[in-house]
Amino acid sequence: MSGGSLTLEGVRKEFDGVVAVEDFNLSVSPGEFVSFLGPSGCGKTTTLRMVAGLEQPSAGTIRLAGEDVTFAKPNERNIGMVFQSYALFPNMTISDNIGFGLRVRKQDKDDRKERVAELLDLIQLPDKGKSYPYELSGGQQQRVALARALAISPQLLLLDEPLSALDAKIRDELRSEIRRIQRQLNITTIYVTHDQEEALALSDRIVVMSKGQMEQVGEPFEIYNNPATGFVASFVGQLNRLPVTVIDPALGRLRVGQVEVRTTSLIESPKGAEVSLMMRPEEITLDAEEENVLEGRVEAVTFLGSIVRIQVAVDGGRLTADLFNERLLQLPVAGDATQISFPSHACWVMV
Amino acid sequence: MTILNAPTPSSLAPDEVIEAPVRRVHPLAWLILIGIGLYFFVPLILTFWWSLRAEKDILGFEAYGRLFADANFWSSLAETVVDSIATIVLSLLIIVPTAFWVTLRLPKLRPAVEFVTLLPFVIPPVVLVLGILRLYARPPLLLTSTYGSSRLVLICIYAAISFPYMFRSVDTGLRAIDVRSLTEAAQTLGAGWATILGRVILPNIRVALLSGSLLTFAIVFGEYAIAVYMAQHTFGPFMANLTRSKVYEPAAMAIVAVAIVWVAMVMISYVTRPRDRR
Repeated sequence: MSGGSLTLEGVRKEFDGVVAVEDFNLSVSPGEFVSFLGPSGCGKTTTLRMVAGLEQPSAGTIRLAGEDVTFAKPNERNIGMVFQSYALFPNMTISDNIGFGLRVRKQDKDDRKERVAELLDLIQLPDKGKSYPYELSGGQQQRVALARALAISPQLLLLDEPLSALDAKIRDELRSEIRRIQRQLNITTIYVTHDQEEALALSDRIVVMSKGQMEQVGEPFEIYNNPATGFVASFVGQLNRLPVTVIDPALGRLRVGQVEVRTTSLIESPKGAEVSLMMRPEEITLDAEEENVLEGRVEAVTFLGSIVRIQVAVDGGRLTADLFNERLLQLPVAGDATQISFPSHACWVMV
Repeated sequence: MTILNAPTPSSLAPDEVIEAPVRRVHPLAWLILIGIGLYFFVPLILTFWWSLRAEKDILGFEAYGRLFADANFWSSLAETVVDSIATIVLSLLIIVPTAFWVTLRLPKLRPAVEFVTLLPFVIPPVVLVLGILRLYARPPLLLTSTYGSSRLVLICIYAAISFPYMFRSVDTGLRAIDVRSLTEAAQTLGAGWATILGRVILPNIRVALLSGSLLTFAIVFGEYAIAVYMAQHTFGPFMANLTRSKVYEPAAMAIVAVAIVWVAMVMISYVTRPRDRR
């Protein structure tokens, strides 16, 4: 089994005059895992539902394996979909749930049985075939929903926030499970989530969306390290924003209060412009390195286990620094005077 | 009543076990309960007692014997049973797809649909039937010219007066399941509307369908006014007729009618009894 390609061209969706998705263009290769990431109401689920055929686009074209399916009914598309609420059929056993799509396709009973057993093995619930959904835990139910979606050997697997209803621990487990199965079957997959960690961990590529617009499309590493817009930068991971004044755009010289700092990234604003300097919390250290050293005062220290999050007030703003926990780490105390620094290659300017 | 077991820590000796507190029922509550019981059961008991007195000086089932020997009793019973089954089928055929579609696609229309299904409560049966006769008992829409066609009209009226019960039952059933997700899941798996309704939605609202159907059965069974106006020989008019000519048989018949409806009610509570599931 292997997936088909998916292409969306100029897809747009309006609900009663309100634009939910605007000019969505994406090409997904066979076997690729793409996540739609964004806050609720950004249009990610609407886009997924249009791909599934559960909503009709107001404009644009959707192609599945080269075929135009823009207005095809959902039951004519050969897709598998997994819902946040599992949506298992309560009146059917697990086996009947998984075999439902095959039964609708009038597949021979013995073949169906064989296929269901195969899928029960795949989701590692081989002896649950005769159980009913209500007898299973949430995580197990969602595995069954995944198996049910995969049973019909779809060209495309759609997952709509499949882990949102689960506990943190089960979520992590099932997350790697989904990725393992997706790799094993090499099935083209669209994954909708508002959880940036999920998107980063799972995806080959991520589409970050906001207010119906595509903000950026790229590999997780690229999205995190080179966010294209302010929205992407702040939505994916934590981000510090420090107001600065441009001194020399060509040399990357900036001023924070009375102190001069440098960035190696491109500055498009002219001399004297008031801009923001962005940096990730994990790039900031509490030691005075050679460059970009600022004086500050510790405001709050939060111990998060593997990470210690420290809030520091500096001239002109407040910065968050994430330090890795070590046994020998001397935790600062709120009120301590401190120096912080960050490398010039780890910060960039945004207007 | 639930009996609360007080916790018994293992350190306590058996004779130290704390007595479970017995909840006291207020005397007024008993009074009300007894009052309501008398209100409902006295007429029933008296009717039953009366029905047993058909033979002079001995209590017996003579009246029942005469009733069961009457061919008209059996024909009216059969006609009513067929009418109620036809009513149930018609009511289900109208209400289930409507309620499903309203839940799935037109939730905004719910109040309007709810109001329409409540109309039979607002319009008295006599007004309803007279209105219908004005319309259908004369050309160009003469539908009551034969007994059979009048019977069809009657079934349609019965279906309409079953709407409040049927819609409420079905709607409650649909609200208890995630109609939208289940429908969409079935759709993406390749199912068409018939399969979705038949294999996914209906089996999951089975209890609601049954309780709506049994309520409808009970209503049709006891209906008199409309059937009389439509000149139908159903259970209600037969019983009313009997009262005019016989003394003890009507009482026996009332008891039989109550028994049949009660059996239907017991069946409702049996099929809708709470189970471990869910």
